[in-house]
Amino acid sequence: MSRTRFSTLKDLLGEDYVEPGTPLCAGCGAIIALRLFHKALGGRVVWVNAAGCITLLIVYPFTPLKSSWMYTAMASAPAGAQGIRDALDILIEKERIPVEEDLKVVVVTGDGAASDIGLQSTSGAIHRGLDFYYLCYDNEAFGNTGFQYSAATPYGSRTATSPPTPLIPEGYRGRKKDLFEIWRAHKPPYVATVSPSHPMDMIRKIEKAEKYKGPKLFISISPCPPGWIIETMDTVKLAKLAVETGIWPLKEAVYGEVHHTYIPRRLKPVEEYLKIQGRFKHLFYPVRRDDVIAKIQREIEEYWRIVYDKELGKEDSGLT
Amino acid sequence: MMRTKLISELKPRREITPSITGAKMMTGNVAAAWAARLAEVDYIPAYPITPQTEIVETLSQWIALGEMNAKLTFLDSEHSMLTAAGTSSLAGARVFTATSSQGLLYGFEMLYNIAGWRAPIVLVNVSRAVAAPITLEPDHNDFLSTRDTGFILLQTETCQEVLDLILLAYRVSEDHRVLLPSIVNLDGFHLSFTREPVKLPDVEEVRSFLPTYNPPYPFRAGKPSAKGVAVLRPPLYSFYKYQMHLSSLNAIKVFKEACDDFEAYFARRYDVVEKYMVDDAEYVFVMMGSFTSIGKKAVKMMREEGLSVGLLKLRMVRPFPTQDIRRALEGKKAVAVIDQNISPGLGGTLFAEVSSTLYNVEKKPRVVLPVIGAIGGKTLSVDEFRYIVELMMKYEQRGEPEPILLFREDELREVESLLKLGVGE
Repeated sequence: MSRTRFSTLKDLLGEDYVEPGTPLCAGCGAIIALRLFHKALGGRVVWVNAAGCITLLIVYPFTPLKSSWMYTAMASAPAGAQGIRDALDILIEKERIPVEEDLKVVVVTGDGAASDIGLQSTSGAIHRGLDFYYLCYDNEAFGNTGFQYSAATPYGSRTATSPPTPLIPEGYRGRKKDLFEIWRAHKPPYVATVSPSHPMDMIRKIEKAEKYKGPKLFISISPCPPGWIIETMDTVKLAKLAVETGIWPLKEAVYGEVHHTYIPRRLKPVEEYLKIQGRFKHLFYPVRRDDVIAKIQREIEEYWRIVYDKELGKEDSGLT
Repeated sequence: MMRTKLISELKPRREITPSITGAKMMTGNVAAAWAARLAEVDYIPAYPITPQTEIVETLSQWIALGEMNAKLTFLDSEHSMLTAAGTSSLAGARVFTATSSQGLLYGFEMLYNIAGWRAPIVLVNVSRAVAAPITLEPDHNDFLSTRDTGFILLQTETCQEVLDLILLAYRVSEDHRVLLPSIVNLDGFHLSFTREPVKLPDVEEVRSFLPTYNPPYPFRAGKPSAKGVAVLRPPLYSFYKYQMHLSSLNAIKVFKEACDDFEAYFARRYDVVEKYMVDDAEYVFVMMGSFTSIGKKAVKMMREEGLSVGLLKLRMVRPFPTQDIRRALEGKKAVAVIDQNISPGLGGTLFAEVSSTLYNVEKKPRVVLPVIGAIGGKTLSVDEFRYIVELMMKYEQRGEPEPILLFREDELREVESLLKLGVGE
């Protein structure tokens, strides 16, 4: 990442394309990612949205965006992006509109839409090599409908549909679906995970992705104060802890080749991340569930052992 | 907001000749593809399904050969296909797409969206009965399931009509007084795979009849806009739905104007309904689609025998041509609505619609007979039309008819023998 428009945090000041005063919850992690995305991509953007929290960003007749917006349906935002991209391409080719009227097409959905109901549409778009961006804000549940578990909910989380009970003390028993790997398996030019706690990492990844024609896909961890049961001021703190405990690795894959952009030298215990969230409270009170916490910790360590073996000590290890 | 002048006002009408000189033999599917080609559509999102597939195959081939300048993208499902159809239209492209039956239902959610987005695409539906049981043969349940979506719904009887109504559909849909999408329906197999002579209009004349689509608020970098957004104040939702309804009603007038113009250009006459020996008839069949050809034959034969019968064909189903139907059917002794669809527990959809249209008419027919037939590929015979006339005459005297489910004896025997095999008796 040699030549960049974003060398320091100050470079992020510039023009904002999301005006203040959105109807989203205080402390929403998704809006931070969306704002940074917009800064990196500029104003000539059409967002294509599937049903989720961010849908409520625009309620008629108000929009905080200086750019364009298309709400589609829950299952098919990438197909909506395909339609706009194809239409702009053919209209430019037929010289019916000038190139200056072209738009970058960016899909924005939550993890619920991304992980299963919209997966077919996404898979199709990646497979067709559609030139678009995808920003998935991952709050690890169906946030907008009141925090039911989604395919992206992690093991041990309380959700409205996985309440911890004496019968099921750990809460959600399933595993988080690995969307990064699903997307990567299609070998698109660019896939990355990002975090609102690491704006420079995020914005440089977007900048890097711009060089590629084709699908450019991002998953941002998106702390959700009402669902995660955290203080609204702790969004960035939580996102940062997710990275530092290793539960949210920051990485990218260029044409399928994975590279971690931040490798914690020493992983913080995941407990630090879990214990300040109400959705994991049942792992600590009234009885401490060491077994569950240890299982989560073990999975993180297994993941990073492989990463350390592969990427540490190599010339371009991504250590920062 | 009228963007084209009625050519009929500017240009003397050409002589109408009954000859089919210059016609080419082609299937209904190829006629549909020709319509898309002549309309110079910009974009075709596609997905295969029998019996529609020949349409997108034909278009793919023309584009691959460079004979047609459009972008065709095969999507991952009809749901995605229809999503792309809607959003591409909002970006300003003229959009064509096609599907059948299960595909239409799979993408159903998006039909309401496309109409609500006011995206004037044209969707060709090649009718095929809906599973289960799964079949390939046609009826109108798939088509009629879309009646509340906001699409303009048109039905065709011949391959020529397929081509012509698609051109008319673009003209009406894209008119700023309407701005609603259209579905043009053709019956699977009976039209999709039947070759008939079709006159291909001249491309320059089509261009003049159907100028380039002029979208009101397309997605452009210089003019940001938000589309498809949430309205959380209930009066707003009602307001937009009423707008759609009123715009849909406009489509009747706009269609009639376009038909005048179409005749001036291409010497073929259309209207929202077609009256076949209706004016002096006492007993009238109401139906739509390719099977009306059989109905017309039956009417002709019965006329020769001195029976006072006629047939009213519905070409436009949405908006519902209420006035045209009322004027055609008022004062008749009896009307039989032949539904090639079934709403289990009620009967036929068209029956309900035609009956309610006639209810407030002063000189309404003494009876409207509900008949259901030709579902899932089952045919209609002239004898069945005779039988329906007998029933009309009977119920005209007295009685309250329940839906009549047509089933011939030979068909019943066939079913019985198959049932024997099926249950291993």
